[in-house]
Amino acid sequence: MADLSVSPTVERGGFAACPACAVTPAAEELAARAAQLEGASLSLSLPGIHCAACIDTVERALVAAPGVREARVNLTLKRAQVKADPEVTAEDLVRVVEGVGYEAHELDPGTIAATATDRAGRALLMRLAVAGFASMNVMLLSVSVWSGAEDATRDLFHWISAAITLPAIAFCAQPFFANAAAALRVRRLNMDVPIALAITLALVTSLWETSLSGEHAYFDAALTLTFFLLAGRYLDHRTRSAARSAAEELAALEVPRAIALRDGAEVQLPIAELRIGDLVLVRPGGRMPVDGEIAEGTSELDRSLLTGETRPVPARPGQAVSAGEVNLTGPLTLRATAIGRDTSLARMADLVAIAESGRSRYTSLADRAARLYAPGVHILSALSFLGWYLWSGDLRVALNIAAAVLIITCPCALGLAVPAVTTAASGRLFRKGMLVKHETALERLSEVDTVVFDKTGTLTSGKPRVVNLDVLAPEARGIALALAAGSSHPLSQALAAALAEETPAPLTDLREVPGYGTEAFLAGQRVRLGRAEWLGASSGQETATWLQTPAGLTEIRFADSLRPGAQEAVSQLLAQGKKVALISGDTEGAVAALAARLGITDWQAGALPGEKAARVAALQDGGAKVLMVGDGLNDTAALTTAHVSISPASALDAARVASDIVLLGGELSPIPGALETASRATRRIRENFRIATFYNVIAVPLAVAGLCSPLIAALAMSTSSITVSLNALRLR
Amino acid sequence: MDILVWLIPISLFLGGLGLVAFIWTVRSDQYEDPDGSSQRILSDQWDDHPKP
Repeated sequence: MADLSVSPTVERGGFAACPACAVTPAAEELAARAAQLEGASLSLSLPGIHCAACIDTVERALVAAPGVREARVNLTLKRAQVKADPEVTAEDLVRVVEGVGYEAHELDPGTIAATATDRAGRALLMRLAVAGFASMNVMLLSVSVWSGAEDATRDLFHWISAAITLPAIAFCAQPFFANAAAALRVRRLNMDVPIALAITLALVTSLWETSLSGEHAYFDAALTLTFFLLAGRYLDHRTRSAARSAAEELAALEVPRAIALRDGAEVQLPIAELRIGDLVLVRPGGRMPVDGEIAEGTSELDRSLLTGETRPVPARPGQAVSAGEVNLTGPLTLRATAIGRDTSLARMADLVAIAESGRSRYTSLADRAARLYAPGVHILSALSFLGWYLWSGDLRVALNIAAAVLIITCPCALGLAVPAVTTAASGRLFRKGMLVKHETALERLSEVDTVVFDKTGTLTSGKPRVVNLDVLAPEARGIALALAAGSSHPLSQALAAALAEETPAPLTDLREVPGYGTEAFLAGQRVRLGRAEWLGASSGQETATWLQTPAGLTEIRFADSLRPGAQEAVSQLLAQGKKVALISGDTEGAVAALAARLGITDWQAGALPGEKAARVAALQDGGAKVLMVGDGLNDTAALTTAHVSISPASALDAARVASDIVLLGGELSPIPGALETASRATRRIRENFRIATFYNVIAVPLAVAGLCSPLIAALAMSTSSITVSLNALRLR
Repeated sequence: MDILVWLIPISLFLGGLGLVAFIWTVRSDQYEDPDGSSQRILSDQWDDHPKP
C-alpha cells in the first residue's frame, strides 16, 4: 500500500500537462460564478484521481468541510458529486480538495445534468437482462425437447416457452422494431429490418407449429438472437456515452462569463447577456470574450490559437481585437463590436460546418456489410419460401424454412463484430489518454499514410523557453530575474523560471509598463526588460526580449518548447513509414528550426487557415489519407477536411469539436500507438466478418435444404457470436 | 414425469429471483462507477464499522 499513500504528491507534480490546467485561469471565474449558484448539488472535476487512496482522501476532506452533507467520488468519470447546504460554494470545495493535494475544477451543473444518469444505457441494460433471463429459461426447456421430450410433454414445454418468449420479446426487441419501422417509413433497408423480420417470423411459425403439436419451435432462437444483438447495442452505447460525457466535461470547463462595465461598476455577466457597445474589462491572462475595439489600456496579445503566431502582438487603444485572443500584460477595456455567433471566432467555427467533412464521405465497414447483407438475406429467404411452396405446395413447411433461413443468417455475429472490437480498442486508447469521439474514427485512422502536424500548441507546448542564456553576464542575471519576476508576461515568466537559481538583484521602484515591459532602478540607475522598440533596439525575426542594464543592451531569445512526446511521436511515425508534414501559421524561421529539430523535411510556414485546409485537400486528392493533428482555430478547417483528425485537450472548443479523437494527456507519444491499435482493430473487424460469413456458408445451405433443426440454429448462432467476441477481446 | 410440475415452477421462480436482483442493482446505481467499485474494496476507511 506504500505506493498508494504517496500518490497524492506524485499526482500534484505530475499533472502539469493535464487538460484542465490549460484553463486554470478560468477556474477563479468559475468559482466566482458558483457563488451565485443556488442549490445544494455541486459537481467537481478531479482529473488527478486514480486509486483507492485518492477516493478516500478526497471524500474525507469534502465531508469534513463545513456544510457538506454528502460527497461521493466517481472514479470512472473522475468526478465528485457533492450534496451540501445552499451557502456552500464550489469555490470553497475546490479549495478544500486542492488543500489535500488534488487538482479540482467546478463543472457546469447544467451541462453535466444531461449525462448524470444515462437513461438510454439503463434501458438497454434492463432489456439485455430480461432477454438473458428469458433465453436461459427457454433454452432449458428447449434442451429437454431436443433430448427427446415427446407428445404432451413437448407441447407443454413449447407452450411454456411461448408464454415466456412473447412478453419478453415484446419488451426486449423494441429497439429493433422501432429502428426497422423508422427505416421502412423512409423506404430504406437497414440491419434492423431483417432482424425484426426474423424475430417476427420465428415467433409466428413457432406459435403455429406449437398449436398443431409440431416438432420444431424457434422460441429459444428468437430470444438468443435478441440477447446477442442487445449485447452488441449495449457495448456500442457504452463506448459512445463514455466518450460523449468526457467531451462534455471538457466543454463545461470553459467559462462563458465576462466582466462588463455598466454605469461605472464591474458586473459579472454570462457572455450571452452582453450587448454591442458594452464596455468589457479583460484582465491580464484572460481571453477576449467578444470582438471589439480597445477603448482603454495598453497590453500585448497572444493570438497563437487563432493564427499560430507565437510572437505577442502589441495592443493599443483604437485597435481591433478578436474573441479568443489572450490578453497578456495590462488590463484592457474593450467596446464590443460583435458578440456571440457574430464574433470572428464563431464565424471561423462555422466554416468548419461548411467544409466537407472526411467522416461524411466515409462509409463504415459495418454499413458496407449491411448494404450487401440486408437485401441478400431477404432475397434468399423469399426464394427458399417460394421454392419450397411451389415444390411441396405446403405453406406451413415453406414458411418454416423461410424462418429458419432468416434466423440462421441473422446478423448476431455481424451485430457484435464491430462494437465488440471498437469497445476493446477504444478502451485501450482511453487508458493511454485518447478519447475516441467518432464511431468510425478507428477505421479511418487505420488507413492513414500521411500525418500533418500544426506547430504552435500541437508540436510545441506554446510555452517559450530561453535559448541563449549564456549571453547574460553574471550580474545581469540577477537584474533580469528581478525584472522578470515582476511581470506575468509569458516571456518574463519563462525567463524567471530559467534563472530561478540566481539571487535577484536589489531593485527599487519596480513597475510594469503594460504592452512594453518592466522597469526598475538599481542603485539609482534605470534597468529595463521589454520590447525592442521600447529600449531603442531593432527587432529581429525571432521571439525575443531585451534587457537594458547599466552595462548595455542584451537580446534574450526564446524558442517554443516542444510538447512532451513530440520527438518520439514524429520519429516513430517516420519509422512506421508514414509521411510527416508540418504546416504552420508561424514565421518561417521558427517553423524551419522546429522542422529541422524533429527531422521533418516537408514543412510550410505562414499558412493561412484556408491554405492549411487546401494543402490537406490537395494531399488527399493525390490519394493520400491524411491524419491532421492541430489545436488552433486556424486548424479547424484542416481538421474537418482531413480523413481523420486529432486535437489535444488544450485546444479551443471549435478544434475539439472538429476532431475525431481528443488527446487527454499533454503528450503526443500515444499517436503512433493509436495508429497501430486502429489498424489492428480494423483487421479484427474484418476477421470477425469472415468468421460470421464462414458460419453462414455452412449453415445456410442446411437451412435452405430444410435440414436445419432449432438445435443447429442455436449452435451456429451461439458459436459464431462467442467466437467473434473472443476474437475482439484479443485486442485488449 | 410428475416431478416436472414442481421443477418447472421452481426453476422459473429462481430465474425470476435473479432477474429481480439484477433489476435492483441497476436501479440502485451499482453500475455507475465500475472503476471506483474495484478500487474502493482496497480502502480501509470503513473496516471497523459500516458507513453510517
